[in-house]
Amino acid sequence: MDVQTWTFIIVGLTFAIYIGVAIWSRAGSTSEFYVAGGGVPPVVNGLATAADWMSAASFISMAGLISFMGYQGAQYLMGWTGGYVLLALLLAPYLRKFGKFTVPDFIGERYYSQTARLVAALCALFISFTYVVGQMKGVGVAFSRFLEVDFEWGVVIGVGIVFFYAVLGGMKGITYTQVAQYCVLIFAYMVPAIFISIMMVGTPIPQLGLGGDLADGTALLAKLDQLSTDLGFKEYTSSKKTTIDLFFVTAALMLGTAGLPHVIVRFFTVPKVSGARVSAGWALIFIALLYTTAPAIAAFARTNLINTVNEKEYAELPEWFNNWEKTGLLTFEDKNADGIVQYYNDANPEYVTSVAAPKGWKGNELTVDRDIMVLANPEIASLPGWVIALVVAGGLASALSTAAGLLLVISSSISHDILKKWLMPEISEKGELRAARIAIAVAVVIAGYAGINPPGFVAQVVAFAFGLAAASFFPAIVLGIFSKRMNMQGAIAGMIVGLIFTATYIIYFKYGGGTPEQYWFGISPEGIGTLGMLINFVVSISISQLTPPPPAHVQDIVENIRIPRGAGEATGH
Amino acid sequence: MSEKNLKQYWKTNVRYLTILLSIWFVVSYGCGILFADALNAFKIGGYPLGFWFAQQGSIYVFVVLIFIYVYLMNNLDKKYDVDEK
Repeated sequence: MDVQTWTFIIVGLTFAIYIGVAIWSRAGSTSEFYVAGGGVPPVVNGLATAADWMSAASFISMAGLISFMGYQGAQYLMGWTGGYVLLALLLAPYLRKFGKFTVPDFIGERYYSQTARLVAALCALFISFTYVVGQMKGVGVAFSRFLEVDFEWGVVIGVGIVFFYAVLGGMKGITYTQVAQYCVLIFAYMVPAIFISIMMVGTPIPQLGLGGDLADGTALLAKLDQLSTDLGFKEYTSSKKTTIDLFFVTAALMLGTAGLPHVIVRFFTVPKVSGARVSAGWALIFIALLYTTAPAIAAFARTNLINTVNEKEYAELPEWFNNWEKTGLLTFEDKNADGIVQYYNDANPEYVTSVAAPKGWKGNELTVDRDIMVLANPEIASLPGWVIALVVAGGLASALSTAAGLLLVISSSISHDILKKWLMPEISEKGELRAARIAIAVAVVIAGYAGINPPGFVAQVVAFAFGLAAASFFPAIVLGIFSKRMNMQGAIAGMIVGLIFTATYIIYFKYGGGTPEQYWFGISPEGIGTLGMLINFVVSISISQLTPPPPAHVQDIVENIRIPRGAGEATGH
Repeated sequence: MSEKNLKQYWKTNVRYLTILLSIWFVVSYGCGILFADALNAFKIGGYPLGFWFAQQGSIYVFVVLIFIYVYLMNNLDKKYDVDEK
């Protein structure tokens, strides 16, 4: 069977499973719709959180990015896992004890203010929406490359599937579909990694393989350092010239993770406070499985690529090279017309004058899109067709599961935080449930449309979503739990200053013509959320000291969420 | 639970948090970023040590930290009789 037939079979099969699960787990009440009735066992919630968390960026792009960044890729590896420690220790158990449906719910009640609730709801909407558009785009790409349907139709099919199970099942349906999606995506990620690890370093465990020895007895990483410097790149494992920026970007990703509403809300679904703690641990184990494999895939793929392609006759390259050339994601331009591929760092002037020019090289001839490192990996390693099909299904699972989680936050912000708690407090539970379904349906359609015609800002979604979450939600929630003295004035001022500072910095440097030379302390827009968070903390604490303490009943809420006993089912009232 | 007990319980919790988050910080930002270059002089297996912390070790430590906290807090909840039945 050819790859395309396999892809149709495997993708079709996984979609049938998702739909089956969705029908089995329909939601009947707002509690089931928003937080799956608060009855999800911690391990199951861990699985769902992992699928919710790992987006198309984790599955498809991350290993490729690391492959070209080397050591610096650690900012994604640590940044997108370290936040779970903050979640488990500082946020999840207390928010679970608080026992409401959404993050704006907590902000609104803890700071006894509709303004705070509204600011939080709008932040949640903005963060989730920019994020979901990227997922839809990922779905379209995966479909158009492997099923040879148009990009637009790829997005439409993706929208149709998410529409079906999110509208029907709400959080309950999403949770159990995410469990299935985690299984698909982790299997799809591990199988090629294990095969390649066995072929290259003779161990089935990629995490050990990365530190293993090649057939000729040299360590893989030493070999890769050698290959990199031979081509004018910096050593793969070298951490020299580590900047303050790496520190700030890593911190912004961690703090952002802990402040993202679609991650936090998952911990409202477990039955107990102790369950929320251990559930964060399970989630991180399931995430770590992929995140510790990614750097191995990155190193394997980079070594393979250099060995297979560099200084080889173009006419004799393997078939996968030509296949990917057709997509335009891999290009070869024979600048010195010798019919041989020269791949090297032509931005390194010293290397160009001392090595490249004397050999008659006229510039780097190979351009590789980072996204293909994971997708092309099975082909590069000549694995069978079903493995390639599996990777496609895994990529789709990662994009769909994240999209569904985000759509739920969008829907609950509209139907619960804005309608029920602000505009239409008299709405019945049935009415609210209907509003939630309509909101999610509209959100899916808009996200699909935006995925086909992405607005310009979406490319920078990561900087925005993480930066804003770090600078707004994280400090407001942590202070709300750990400081009884924190009041409405402090929290609102902190959130607004943090948001405006971070957004202004990102907009100025991404769209307003700012240049990297003007970065404050060398901090890039991706890392500025960390500074925004510090500013938020300082502003919140100073303002709260100058204004009256919060009322007694709010101080009682804080006392109450600090002890686990008495956590009932999450309620909307 | 009495006022005094609650204070005690919370103080112990905050002490656990401080210790565990210090380890979290030292391992990721210390070993993985600030001192990675110096640690790269050492090897574990085929890994330079700083590189290992940055791309593998810190993640394992994160997982372990969460489960230590779970264990400590489950005991603490029982000791102060605030656990969920």
